[in-house]
Order: sequence, then structure tokens, then C-alpha cells
Amino acid sequence: MDEQSHISVENLNAWYGSTQALYNINLEIPPRHTTAIIGPSGCGKSTFVRCINRMHETLPNTRVAGKIQIADLDVYGKGVSPVWVRRRVGMVFQKANPFPTMSIYDNVAAGLKLNGFSNHGELDKIVERSLRQAALWDEVKDSLKKKSGASLSGGQQQRLCIARALAVEPDVLLMDEPASALDPISTAKIEDLIFDLKQQYTVVIVTHNMQQAARVAEYTAFFLMGNLVELDKTEKMFTKPSDKRTEDYITGRFG
Amino acid sequence: MTRTRFHQGLDDLKQKLLTMGGMAEQAVERAVRAYQTGDGSVCQLVLRDEGKINAAEREVDELAIDLLAMQQPMAVDLRFIIACIKINADLERVGDQAVNIVERVMDLARHPKSSVNADIARMAALTISMVREALNAFLTADADLAQTVLERDDLVDNMNREIFEAADKAMTHSTETHRHALDTLLVARNLERVADHATNIAEDVIFWVRGADVRHHAQT
Repeated sequence: MDEQSHISVENLNAWYGSTQALYNINLEIPPRHTTAIIGPSGCGKSTFVRCINRMHETLPNTRVAGKIQIADLDVYGKGVSPVWVRRRVGMVFQKANPFPTMSIYDNVAAGLKLNGFSNHGELDKIVERSLRQAALWDEVKDSLKKKSGASLSGGQQQRLCIARALAVEPDVLLMDEPASALDPISTAKIEDLIFDLKQQYTVVIVTHNMQQAARVAEYTAFFLMGNLVELDKTEKMFTKPSDKRTEDYITGRFG
Repeated sequence: MTRTRFHQGLDDLKQKLLTMGGMAEQAVERAVRAYQTGDGSVCQLVLRDEGKINAAEREVDELAIDLLAMQQPMAVDLRFIIACIKINADLERVGDQAVNIVERVMDLARHPKSSVNADIARMAALTISMVREALNAFLTADADLAQTVLERDDLVDNMNREIFEAADKAMTHSTETHRHALDTLLVARNLERVADHATNIAEDVIFWVRGADVRHHAQT
């Protein structure tokens, strides 16, 4: 089962028009672990995760070259549908984006319904399971169909978005600064959640907060000016990084 | 994102620890001088300054804890602060050993001299040089220099064993002077402990600079 979510990246390059954002990225992201991507603004970390689920190409004039393999899935393979890729690779963004007019229940079920899933008994189970996995069930179980997603607090909305991403049973969960707009208590809940999720999913999290990377991720990759500088166990990255540039960045000597 | 205030805090920590190191080194030098000359006024200086070393220890700890809590240091900075906390404890113990030595010196003055053949001067010179060079290694972030300190610890241990044998012989030879021999033995023991602290400091410098744990001959 682990092989289902191993991510292998080979010679990945990405552009916005004529501006190159990623240069020859090669790395292996281990399955069922959390890998944090850190680096200064503009280093390519968000572009990198957006390449994993083919979100990069949704912006105009963008281009990707190279290979990303998620187990048997060649993400940029000929004939591979971006929709199918995004079904396998869920994503949570910096700003929670629940569908504002939909109920909590419908927010979670949206992805499945879009894929034509109509077994209501089964849908109820999936919604409950997803909300439980996102540590939100107890807070919303009595108002599932009464309250809209937009009526929840910021931290709850973010967990709702995580539940929505989990409902389609992805192999990989990408998170682009998922807690940067949240208060410390909501952040702690999201971090606890990330810690639990890795038992079932391969989690890749972009974060500006190095302490957060240290708390949630077993592996950390440092990006700089579109290049991968190093990827190693988080513990090693934050106590004894191999590359001087990593050390200078994490100790605040440039940035 | 350059963290000017944080780096200023690290510089302050280093400065405070070096000042404390100077006090601890001076305490040992004075204690050895007191042993060699029997000068009671020098003993009093060591006893008087012990409180200053203890106060410096608290100050260094407070600053280090503040930096850990407020700045969440990483990598080389984290290793530096951890090393400072440990060196701080070792320097405070060096100060304690100096006090132990002067207590023996004051006791020696009250008892008949023994015939114990102990080269305390040579042992003290080596021990003090270890403390000084461990502190120089810390000042200049020189792991190679720290390594040379480690290599000298065995010499001090051997001298300590020699003095133990000599004291044993002297005590067997004359029961009237056993107190003097015992004090001499304890001075050697205190110097040997100072050398151990210098060794610990050198190991902490290597940990800070290279990220390697070389304690107890560990290979990393």
C-alpha cells in the first residue's frame, strides 16, 4: 500500500511565461510521512507543490517539463487527466475556501457528488469519516445540514476543507501554508491533525514557519531560487544541515 | 529576515561566558599559587570571588534560556546555546574546585609537612593550560584546538595516579604527617576534576562547531 503514495520527481522545471520558477528538481518524497517544504518567498515552494497535482498549469502561460511519478501514476503522462490526478492528490490552501452557500455536509460531499457518487447511505458514512479524520466531527455533527461552511470559524473552515479533500480518498495531501492565517489554537489543531493524517496519507506541506515544519514533518526540503538545496530528516535539517545555504537561511543570516 | 537582535544576543552570551571563564581560570591560578606559597590572603581572594562566579552562572543561564524561548534558534545557533549552557555549568564547577583547593591549602598550613613527593606544580600548569585553551577554542570556534585539549586529559589522569601512589607511600611511612599527604592528594584530585571540566568544555566546542558528539570517545 505504501507504494501507492511514493512521490518521485525527476528533472522538474516550471515556468511562468518566460520566467523560470523551478530548475531541475529531483527528489523522492517518502510515503506516509509528512514532508515540509521551506524556503524564502519566491523560492518556488508553492510552484513545486502545485506541479504535483497539476494546478500549476491552470494559470495562463505556464509550462512544466520533467517527470512526477506517484506510485504507478505518471502525473504528466500522455492522456493522463488532470482531474484524475487531483482525485489522487488533494490540496488545502492558505486561505480556507469552503463553498459558501453549501451546507457543511455538502461541502464535504461535493467532490464525490461531482464524480457522480449518489449512494446516500454510503455518502453519510464518508462525510462522517472525513469530518472525524479532520477532527471536526464533534464540533459540527449537530448542524451538518443546517449550517453553511462559511458560518464556521477560520480554523473550522480550514478543517472543513481538509475533510473535503479527504472525502475523495486521495493518496497524497498537499497543504500550502494551511495554518498561516489561523490563531495559535487553531494552528495547534491543524498541526495535530497533520501528525495523525500521515498514518494514512503522504502529506506535503509548504510552510514559512520553521518551527511548524519542525513540529509536524519528518522530512524537510529547502528550496532557494527555484532550486532544491537539500532534503533530509527534519531533525538533521534543523540541528546540523549539510548545506551552508540551509544553515544561513534557518538561522536567519539571510532571507 | 536577518535577525540582528538575535545575533546580538548570541554575541552577548558568548561575551558573558568568556568573562565567567576568565574568572574561573583566575580562581584556579590563584588556588595553585596559594598552594605553592601558602599565602592565606590569596586563599581569601578565591573564597571572595566564588560568589561572583555563581552569579555569572545564573546570568548566563538566564540569557541562554531567554534566547531559546524567545528566538527559537536552529542549527549552529541551537548548538551554540546548548554548548554555552553546558560550558556554563562546567565553569561554575571549576570555580568550586578552586575553592576546594584553597580549603586544603588552609588545612595544610595547620599541619606538619609530609614527605609526599608530588609534582603539583607540573600538574597544575598542565591543567590550567587545558582550561585556557578550551576557552580559547570557544572564543575562536576552533574545534582543532579543542581536540588538542582532549588529548591532554590522560596526562593529567596519570599525574593524579602518581600522586595517589606517592601520598599512599608517604602516609605509610609516617602517620604524623598523614594529614598533609591527604590534603596534597585532595589538591591533586581537585586539579584532575578541573582538567575533566576543561575536557567537557572542549567537547562542547567541538559539538558547537562540527555538530559532532565526541563525548566518551563517541564516533560521529
